[in-house]
Amino acid sequence: MKIGKKDIEYIAHLSRIELSETEKETFVSQLSDIISYIEKLNRLNTESVKPMSCAINATNVFREDILTSSLSLEEAQLNAPAANGVFFKVPKVIE
Amino acid sequence: MEYEVVVGLETHAELATVSKLFCGCSTKFGSEPNTQVCPVCLGMPGVLPVMNKKAFEYALKAAIALNCKIREYTNFDRKSYYYPDLPKNYQISQNYHNLGVDGSMDICVHDRVNRIRIHNVHLEEEAGKLIHPEEAGADYSLVDFNRAGVPLLEIVSYPDMRNVDEVESYMQTLRKILLYTEVSDCKMQEGSLRFEASISLRKKGSEKLGNRVEIKNLNSMKSVLKAIEYETKRQADSLDRGETIDRETRLWDEVNEKSARMRSKEEAQDYRYFPEPDLLPVVIDAKWLDEVKVTIPELPLARKQRFMEVFKLSDYDTSLLIEEKILADFFEGCIKIVDRPKAFCNWITNDLLREVNDRKLDIHHLPIRPKQLAALVEIIEKGTISSTIAKEVFSEMIQTGKDPQAIIEEKKLAQISDEGFIEAVIVKVISGNPAVIEDYKKGKKNALTFLVGQVMKETKGKANPKMVNELVQKKIDA
Amino acid sequence: MRLFEYTALQIKEKIISGEILPVDLVKQFIEHIKIIDPHVQAYLNLHEEDALQKAAQIQKRIENAEKVGYLAGVPIAIKDNICTKGLTTTCASKILRNFIPPYDACVVKRLKEEDAIILGKTNLDEFAMGSSTENSGYKITRNPWNLEYVPGGSSGGSAAAVAANLSIMALGSDTGGSVRQPAALCGVVGVKPTYGRVSRFGLIAFGSSLDQIGTFTRDVKDAAVLLQVIAGHDIHDSTSMPVPVPDYLREIDSGVRGLRIGIPKEYFAAGLNEDVHNALKDALRKYEQLGAKVVDISLPHTEYAVAVYYIVANAEASSNLARYDGVRYGYRTSKSNGIVDMYCRTRSEGFGNEVKRRIMLGNYALSSGYYDAYYLKASRVRNLIKGDFDVAFQKVDCIVCPTSPVPGFKIGERAKNPLEMYLSDIYTIPANLAGIPGISLPCGFSKEGLPIGMQILGRHFEEEKLLQIAYAFERETDFHRKKPVLKFSPTQKE
Repeated sequence: MKIGKKDIEYIAHLSRIELSETEKETFVSQLSDIISYIEKLNRLNTESVKPMSCAINATNVFREDILTSSLSLEEAQLNAPAANGVFFKVPKVIE
Repeated sequence: MEYEVVVGLETHAELATVSKLFCGCSTKFGSEPNTQVCPVCLGMPGVLPVMNKKAFEYALKAAIALNCKIREYTNFDRKSYYYPDLPKNYQISQNYHNLGVDGSMDICVHDRVNRIRIHNVHLEEEAGKLIHPEEAGADYSLVDFNRAGVPLLEIVSYPDMRNVDEVESYMQTLRKILLYTEVSDCKMQEGSLRFEASISLRKKGSEKLGNRVEIKNLNSMKSVLKAIEYETKRQADSLDRGETIDRETRLWDEVNEKSARMRSKEEAQDYRYFPEPDLLPVVIDAKWLDEVKVTIPELPLARKQRFMEVFKLSDYDTSLLIEEKILADFFEGCIKIVDRPKAFCNWITNDLLREVNDRKLDIHHLPIRPKQLAALVEIIEKGTISSTIAKEVFSEMIQTGKDPQAIIEEKKLAQISDEGFIEAVIVKVISGNPAVIEDYKKGKKNALTFLVGQVMKETKGKANPKMVNELVQKKIDA
Repeated sequence: MRLFEYTALQIKEKIISGEILPVDLVKQFIEHIKIIDPHVQAYLNLHEEDALQKAAQIQKRIENAEKVGYLAGVPIAIKDNICTKGLTTTCASKILRNFIPPYDACVVKRLKEEDAIILGKTNLDEFAMGSSTENSGYKITRNPWNLEYVPGGSSGGSAAAVAANLSIMALGSDTGGSVRQPAALCGVVGVKPTYGRVSRFGLIAFGSSLDQIGTFTRDVKDAAVLLQVIAGHDIHDSTSMPVPVPDYLREIDSGVRGLRIGIPKEYFAAGLNEDVHNALKDALRKYEQLGAKVVDISLPHTEYAVAVYYIVANAEASSNLARYDGVRYGYRTSKSNGIVDMYCRTRSEGFGNEVKRRIMLGNYALSSGYYDAYYLKASRVRNLIKGDFDVAFQKVDCIVCPTSPVPGFKIGERAKNPLEMYLSDIYTIPANLAGIPGISLPCGFSKEGLPIGMQILGRHFEEEKLLQIAYAFERETDFHRKKPVLKFSPTQKE
């Protein structure tokens, strides 16, 4: 699979990353190299192999439905780049 | 051209847990913004989710109630999209192994039962709330994360509905099921129950589905129905003009009763689902499934049918009874004490509901218990009080919470069945109304009714009306 | 012997007995750090005041004969991707430049409960993405053995700190070798515990199904001591397992007699540096002398591990790093036009190139139409790799192999070619994919005088056995006692 500039632009948008034209070129070539390396996996027949998404064999971990303390408003907003009263403030969102 | 509308609904219901899905913050509605948040639900670096067991069981319960196949193995997936009210910019949801699949729900429209298939039922986390300031020219939006992480149940139907009546019945029935199973409070005004519709049109008789349009921002059942009507017309007009319908997402504008394009298929989100590595899979064994199953009460439609069959109640009466689980439970509570279904049905659907409405009572905290209403009905049957007096007693019961017997004694409302006493009053009434007796003897039969009324008035309504009737008749015929 | 040259086990006793005062110890460390660290650049942030305060507190409690914790007064450095309440935690990224967590990571909480003294936060490759610590958004850490060389990564700051006596012990994190590889390159002991052994709560996520907090110490016994404190179930991490934690020191010297050590042929193939190979051969001979049986084994899917890793780790990373959006915390661009523009500028300005590359690679592997071909395929091959270990561990008690194919590389040498850099982790990645524990300990030196690390891998939750096997070797050798001679070394005072 070859990665082109269009692909890079699409992935960059999915990633919410802005790239300059030169960066795009660099990424096209670097990601293409990596992807073609990764394609060695296709040599393996994995039809009957279950996917593994967790390194341990355990299930059913829960907590009880009990309240624990929340942060104070001050703590919650301590790291906020922008706040407005009790709210977090962001640039206008148009639906 | 004649078209058939094809509708499917996606329902979101907030689950009635005390704490959020992955942390111990409160789910309470209406608190001061950003005071029910912690590092976990704010998606701070390095924090991890731990699943609320009750939320999972509520979801399981709802899935069973909706006749879903419950997967023995289920897990959670991350659904990625950027939005400022979504703290991690991914939502923990389910995609590859939904909790429940291939379910169904029966709805009743115009006395006909219709089965709507459920595609899947799954558990996910709620997003926060985005607020758009009203001031003109504001170049910012505000975010409140109190709601972020509240457990949310998503129920996806197949596109099995063909008209607004079916859609309305689907919404009402689903709401009732969620209320009956007590998994959600279903308060639409607080957003704890929400619907999204997907609508497509096809030529009458055609099997092929048209391109579907999804409608979001539907804040009430009424707007769902309005939006479907609007969308049906919009699509029909387009098709009539020879245009094609784009697969797109539209937003409903409540004020102008119109929908407008939000995004097209080309802009469709690429959610990049993959298994959530911070949570372990959940295996539901038979024992657990049985434990949850027994907590599911008889569901509204089944209960309605049973009430009609067993208690010989009308379709209308039973509809009223099952509308609220608490009423149907109340009814059954009464029946267990005295077997007078019709009487209880009347008391509940007429008098009780009227009192509830007039006094603006919370139906979930009724001031009267089944035992008390049963006692009242028994007292009426014994003839201790008349049905007119009974209404007065009932009203008093609602107001004070007292037993009917106590009220009757306190207010001396017991019915008089002492023959000698009643006869004495009759003699008095007859002697005071000679003209009426004359009329009666001339054949004016309603003179009898007048005399009975006078006796009742004299005894302040407490005389046994049946006895009064008989004795007056006897006396003037003598 | 200068105070900062002691091991934790030694210093613990001297502190309790009153022979060494915690305040003096911390002062000596800070003094030493101020002289040495400008050259090594191991620390991002030094917590001088907090450390001195805590030391004074502990000192007082000891004077009053009050109870103190298991690590009372022992200085420790923490990789800066582990959250410390009230103290900046940056992940060596500009995007978290001023981030102050309102919570402690579980491991930090446990260290504090045991009265360890946190000296500061150490450098890393931004978001732990790298094998050289060159990808830090702030500074490049150098290998104390030769300042022209990288210390390895991503926990290069922690490894260099322990190697250069800038801390007695340190915590790091290991997603694909980020503890073991820098431990090898810096000549210290590094342990990556079983996935689920140590809580990840408060560890800033990179690849969630692979990440595990690990230890850097000067010897194996100290590794046992530190692991003792941080291991164990935590209710805030669903993947942390309620498996009992044994007393790691109790039977640490039980030796290797009768144990079967597996030698995977795939780890001794082409590409392995000759010095490393020879050091390993010597080590295996030593084990045979000590009574272990060395057995040839095969882990046939090893060659696919790097490919699997770069899909799985980066897919997870792409979503883990989506939260850095300038809304609730962290850096936000100064000027933007609407929300999407704010996201894009913030992230483009806040992340370094390696992080961007990995986020993009991860998003690519998960994007519509590619999920099956990349992510799902990789998840299946991951199972095959785990299967290799399952088969091997039926025959052997542990696996011994090199930690890194080379003794080290120079700063800048691999920075241009990401793929070549990724291949530095070829021997460490499989353990993360399988979730098994691993330890790296010094086993020799290269011709250039760089330390060489030996890696021992074991079954899930068998850290105790790994420590025993490692200690058996360490007891018989003195590679771990050799210290880097820093060219800028100040005049020694005793």
